[in-house]
Amino acid sequence: MGEHDDHHHGHDHGSYDCEAALAEIYTYLDGELTEEKRVLIASHLEGCNPCFEAFDFEAELRMVVSRRCRNEQVPDALRIRIAERLTLIALGEEAEDGDEGASPDRA
Amino acid sequence: MADQATFAEQAMEYMPALYSAALRMTRNPADAEDLVQETYLKAYRGFGGFQEGTNLKAWLYRILTNTFINSYRSKKRRPEQTELDEVEDLYLYRRLGGLEAAQAGRSAEDELMDWFTDAEVKDAIESLPENFRLPVLLADVEGFSYKEIAEILDIPIGTVMSRLHRGRKALQKQLYEYALRRGLTDRPSGPDGAGAEEPVDRQPARTGTTATDD
Repeated sequence: MGEHDDHHHGHDHGSYDCEAALAEIYTYLDGELTEEKRVLIASHLEGCNPCFEAFDFEAELRMVVSRRCRNEQVPDALRIRIAERLTLIALGEEAEDGDEGASPDRA
Repeated sequence: MADQATFAEQAMEYMPALYSAALRMTRNPADAEDLVQETYLKAYRGFGGFQEGTNLKAWLYRILTNTFINSYRSKKRRPEQTELDEVEDLYLYRRLGGLEAAQAGRSAEDELMDWFTDAEVKDAIESLPENFRLPVLLADVEGFSYKEIAEILDIPIGTVMSRLHRGRKALQKQLYEYALRRGLTDRPSGPDGAGAEEPVDRQPARTGTTATDD
């Protein structure tokens, strides 16, 4: 298991060493790097399994977080209420500021 | 110039995503429903000002976020904690990465799906202070770019990046607490801390473990 701890030091795969690659882990996974930097980090990951494992873990974790939060059911009553309110507005039967129902506590 | 008549067909498909985000923002189903409803009414009225061909989803999230900040946040008596403890990089990987690697023949994603329930992931996100929670939600759940998040929240891109960085680490720390609670792994340097799967040779790195929680 030692490889995971030691890999930050001493290796140099391509132009990015481990420390430089790990510093960009989020910008890389977020797709926010320039193409030039992205290619350099990708080539580092091809040659450095410990870094690849860390990047892969972060990427998988992100997918899990996203999937775990995507399963909310919109209540039918909410769908219906919104459709009805929009229809009323379209028919001009509701005052311009008529969203009292949405926020009862509003001053 | 967008036509209100096309609003329904274009905007309604985002309701599940907006409702999920509203739940994480308000942490309360009744407020989340009100927030989504208010968002749709405002969006409908303002749809004429929406530039067709630009990002409708981001525009809806901007209305959702502004409505949340203006109407719901201000209801609170006390401003919530807005700072986070320093958490080291790769917090969860350093603690659970070995556990995942030890399970041969399964993908990391399968393992991680088993580790955390829906409720735990949602609670972990909701535990973040709001100024960190919104960027993490918009990036990691909704997949918006830094630039889109900057526009939705009306903050500079550099601020988006630093809040994401710190918010994600805090999220990992919270998830690790759930892993400990469920006995998924042993607390490092605990009394019985020599479990077979414990990543013993990882750096102990006590920065911000439960011992320092308030």
